[in-house]
Amino acid sequence: MDIPYTVEIRRDTGLTNGKIGIWLFLASEVMLFGALFASYILIRVGAPSWPRGDTILNVPMATFNTIVLITSSVTMVMAWASLMRHKFGTFRLYMGATVLLGFVFLVVKYFEYTHKFHDGLFPHTNNFLAIYFTLTGLHMLHVMGGMAVNAYFLGPGAKLWKTNPVWFTNRVENSGLFWHFVDLVWIFLFPTLYLL
Amino acid sequence: MTTDHAATSDHAADIDRHVRIYITVFVALMVLTIITVAISYLHLPIAAAVSVALLVATIKGSLVACYFMHLISEKKLIYAVLLLTIVFFVALLSLPAITHSNGFWIHE
Repeated sequence: MDIPYTVEIRRDTGLTNGKIGIWLFLASEVMLFGALFASYILIRVGAPSWPRGDTILNVPMATFNTIVLITSSVTMVMAWASLMRHKFGTFRLYMGATVLLGFVFLVVKYFEYTHKFHDGLFPHTNNFLAIYFTLTGLHMLHVMGGMAVNAYFLGPGAKLWKTNPVWFTNRVENSGLFWHFVDLVWIFLFPTLYLL
Repeated sequence: MTTDHAATSDHAADIDRHVRIYITVFVALMVLTIITVAISYLHLPIAAAVSVALLVATIKGSLVACYFMHLISEKKLIYAVLLLTIVFFVALLSLPAITHSNGFWIHE
């Protein structure tokens, strides 16, 4: 049995099922990160003292990662735009760049984490580091998830382009929505943890 | 056939317009990132620093949501879902504020 409304628009919602599905999922993600942000605020305002992020964390590395993630958001949306223009070769270039930039983000994060561990700074060291590792760790898992889906559309999942290009384009748009959300979360995490 | 051809070129022009917007938004996001970091070096009082940092982050987030996620021209149902999400999100973030101000529900 075929999955309904992957290409054609449902009359009652005005959307494909995939589109409404990904937005409902993102709504749940807002609440997930919202709960952790609320925890951060609660812990911070309740603490007798709280360190400025830049006294413990590496701001230049995080700034570089912010630039990397924003650039990956642009390559992601350009990948979708390439499919809309029926340029599959260009899509592969942009999608490849998106996955690569995600990998660069993870490598920088790896160096950040290992440097902290080397200095004896762990999640159990203090509340600041506990919330830092929890929030950035969860975000990093999202980057990995997004990369896995994007790599699938770059590799085996791309077969769908030959048989049903509209469905494939819709799928890439939905994975893009997730990727932009991951970027959006980082836009708030960066100043909150590193600069304040 | 002529109509089909015209529709295709309209579509291509529409995508080209989108691409120009994406590039503009990208430049704006880069500038705002530099502003975010630069402001942190001013060592403003904490209330001002939080306000400015969150304001710039909100502008950046809105640009990503409106243009990369196409929320600027989305269907009503998506707006309805997001409106509901915002209500719950604000309620969630209000809980620490109520606790901190020793408000109605939690007493020390």
